[in-house]
Amino acid sequence: MVPEYGLLNIQDLDVSFRQEHRTTAHALRSVDLILSSGETHALVGESGSGKTVTATCIMGLLPTPPATVNRGQVFFKGKNLLNLSENEKRRLRGKEIGMIFQEPGKYLNPAYKIGEQIIETMMLHLRMNRSSAIKRALELLSLVGFNKNKRILNSYPHELSGGMKQRAMIAMAICCQPSLLIADEPTTALDVTLQLQILNLIHRLKDQFSIGVLFISHDLGVVKEIADKISVIYAGKIIESTTTNQLFENPRHPYTRLLMLSIPDAAKRGSRLRSIPGAVPDAEHIPSGCSFHPRCPLAEPDCRKSIPPTKTYGDNHTAACFLIGKKWIDLST
Amino acid sequence: MVNEGNDLQTRKERYILLFAVRRFCRLILTVLLISTIIFLVIRVIPGDPALVIAGIDATESDISAIRIKLGTDRSLPAQYIQWIWAILRFDFGRSMISGQPVSQLILERFPLTLTLALMGMMLSIFVAIPLGVISAVKRWSIWDYFGMVLSQVGMAIPSFWLGILLLLILSVKVKLFPLFGSGTIKHLILPAISLGIARAAVLLRLTRASMLEELSKEYVITARSKGLTERMVNYKHTLKNALLPVVTIAGIQLGYMLGGAIIIEQVFSLPGLGRLFLFGVYQRDFPLIQGGVMFVAFIFSFINFVVDMLYSFLNPKIRIS
Amino acid sequence: MDRFVDIKNLIKLFYDGGFLHRKRVATRAVDGVSFTITRDTIFGLVGESGCGKTSLARSVLYLDPPTAGEVWLDGTLLGRLSGKGMRSFRKRMQIVFQDPNSALDPKMRIQDNLAEGLINRRFSADERTGRIENLLDLVGIPPGHRSRFPHEFSGGQKQRIVIARALTMEPDFLILDEPVSNLDVSIQAQIINLLMDLKKKRSLTYLFISHDLNLVAYLSDHIAVMYQGKLMEMASTDEIMNHPCHPYTLKLFSSIPGRRITEPADDTGIDVSTDDKDRRQSTCCPYEGQCGCAIEKCKNGIPELMEIRDRHHVACFNT
Repeated sequence: MVPEYGLLNIQDLDVSFRQEHRTTAHALRSVDLILSSGETHALVGESGSGKTVTATCIMGLLPTPPATVNRGQVFFKGKNLLNLSENEKRRLRGKEIGMIFQEPGKYLNPAYKIGEQIIETMMLHLRMNRSSAIKRALELLSLVGFNKNKRILNSYPHELSGGMKQRAMIAMAICCQPSLLIADEPTTALDVTLQLQILNLIHRLKDQFSIGVLFISHDLGVVKEIADKISVIYAGKIIESTTTNQLFENPRHPYTRLLMLSIPDAAKRGSRLRSIPGAVPDAEHIPSGCSFHPRCPLAEPDCRKSIPPTKTYGDNHTAACFLIGKKWIDLST
Repeated sequence: MVNEGNDLQTRKERYILLFAVRRFCRLILTVLLISTIIFLVIRVIPGDPALVIAGIDATESDISAIRIKLGTDRSLPAQYIQWIWAILRFDFGRSMISGQPVSQLILERFPLTLTLALMGMMLSIFVAIPLGVISAVKRWSIWDYFGMVLSQVGMAIPSFWLGILLLLILSVKVKLFPLFGSGTIKHLILPAISLGIARAAVLLRLTRASMLEELSKEYVITARSKGLTERMVNYKHTLKNALLPVVTIAGIQLGYMLGGAIIIEQVFSLPGLGRLFLFGVYQRDFPLIQGGVMFVAFIFSFINFVVDMLYSFLNPKIRIS
Repeated sequence: MDRFVDIKNLIKLFYDGGFLHRKRVATRAVDGVSFTITRDTIFGLVGESGCGKTSLARSVLYLDPPTAGEVWLDGTLLGRLSGKGMRSFRKRMQIVFQDPNSALDPKMRIQDNLAEGLINRRFSADERTGRIENLLDLVGIPPGHRSRFPHEFSGGQKQRIVIARALTMEPDFLILDEPVSNLDVSIQAQIINLLMDLKKKRSLTYLFISHDLNLVAYLSDHIAVMYQGKLMEMASTDEIMNHPCHPYTLKLFSSIPGRRITEPADDTGIDVSTDDKDRRQSTCCPYEGQCGCAIEKCKNGIPELMEIRDRHHVACFNT
């Protein structure tokens, strides 16, 4: 695969963290991911699976004393982000790559007005003067759905509700029209009626500005709503990756299948939920071979011995498991 | 910022005004409360000031005359009303020793103490805060260690010792600064340094700790993710939040210094408020003591008020509550 | 119908402001809520943040006594119990909260966290240990781990321990306030299965509070939808899933990501700031401002919960 392919092309990214007490946490293990412009690619995983580390790495914000990039490349528009200088990385942030976060209340500076926090980015990256930046900020606030944009411009974060803060943060992230937007669990802390509004907003903006969106989440329902492609990450490794439809119609990896079965909904009433025994391994103690094998009902002795390679099945559907196509158990019982 | 002059803007302004008014009322109330406490406390101290003033040989009528002059012959409530009335007119009576009006004595010496305090404060702030910020930003670097050592030393050294040392080196040996007296700024430099170092040590520590705490907050990540320079992240975003506790402590320090840095004034023989009040206590100069305590109380309350207003500027959430 | 838990017109007000403030402002956290829970069933309460569900839970248990209204548990009116009577009655009702970290004392070992309630009931040390080990085993924690500290366990395990602790008092009635919201998806299913098993084994009645409609629909026999301190709709799960009536219920259903059944949610009401929301009017339907189908009547009166079908209650002028 040509490195220049796609807006964002992560190849074989492998990252470790050196912890206190001399232990090492293997946060990312050979991660591959391709994201194209105008596409929403979801990175789905539970806590501790490495999703946020991926985002931090793309942003160039990995603290490289404790963290080491063992190998791999992160190509953004053809350039390897890992080879750039600090200053070059900084210039991309906010301008070419925007990011929104999970709890807008914590991620917005309480001491400055919303307007100020939007304008400073534009003045820095786009060399705008204050009055043009203000005009543009007002346009952006309208764009993200605020009717009273002047009032929001002059408000402090604590004066806004959760949903409003998230919209403000979105306006901040796209103000310089980045090509890539990383959304790290933006709807997790919001009420369900607001979630859909925010998802719609992101979708609309993505189409309008041809942005590529890397959407990080643990919620398969949310991801089904917004993503074109989904990559499932477990213990630092992408264990399955395909289009949304494909993933829900034909999940191949046992972890994905079990995850879907364990989600409660009204249709499953009366029957026991399929749960996955044990817990997600923490990055310091990743099981040998296939990291999922201790919890996998299909596990065979070979699964413990070597890491399953990622293979392609059908149309652009990749998964990393030895037993796909070889062994089938009805997991719903 | 774009000002629409809409209903929200005026509402906000009204909030801030209300906040200022409420804080000011609190100031007045505090001063009144303190004056009452002072009044009661002084009246409770054993020893009849009239006797002290009159001397051993005084006759009964002399003593009574003095009592009438002091006002201590009247009943307690009457004295209290007289006291409050005097406070409101800034009349603290006359010194028993020198006979001059207390308020005049205070006002004469206030400029010196004020200058000294401000110089000490400025030194403290301009040394401590930048060093504290750098310590936090470049944690574990040579700057950090330097700052920490400075802070430790500064806190450990008694200010009078430092003052004497400075005098020895810079006034006696080298003759760079005058030995005693007042009148020019030059006279105040060494005292300001002695005062300032101890304060700076505390502020440095506090700034560093506060910055470290703020730097671990999430909005700093957002600032970095927007591609802001490290300078903007540290000084524009983080510092504004980190300054909150620092401002409070700096205010308290200023309050102390304005009340008269007694020891420093002694070491450098400065005719400041500290020495004035000290002698007043030695000599049981009743009205002077009263006036002194009231004055310090008022200064402190006023500084608290200013700090509150500054606080609300740094932290917008406070304005509304 | 066995009215095991009977809540009548529960009201909980919180006062704000005081000296030197404009006037005392009351937030109507719970504004006249009534419902009944049958023995051995699960009653689900759905609502978004700020709707008052946690205040309701705390009021029902008298952790925060309600401002007005009645709470009946198995025929006893809680408000009429003396201090001593209430203390002994508390054994019968327990609560599990969302965050296991703040529910367990980090400085005490697990066995001590669990033993507190047992000490009060004057069990001997041996009896206590026996009971603790049984409970840990019941919730799936190896009994040998009882001398460990909370931080040595994962989030899911801690929540199990919290559930075990709730069971030390041998309650009949358990309130669960967002018990799995902080947990990973694969762990949630484990805890939910555990809760279902425990319910059967110990004949428990649950009041299950959550913002996750899917979860509540899966677990509950009966569901109530709460909005700004009031109940909007209440019915059996089947009934409400098949025939949702209240506009807010419809909006909630349509917002479930991945399971849309109606049009995408519209963008009304997004400019509502925290300031505006707090000034709740108590003279009109609380949902009126956001409702897509509000009529004139909705601005002028508060709709009461009325039974429109068998055991299906809705508070809306429009049905």
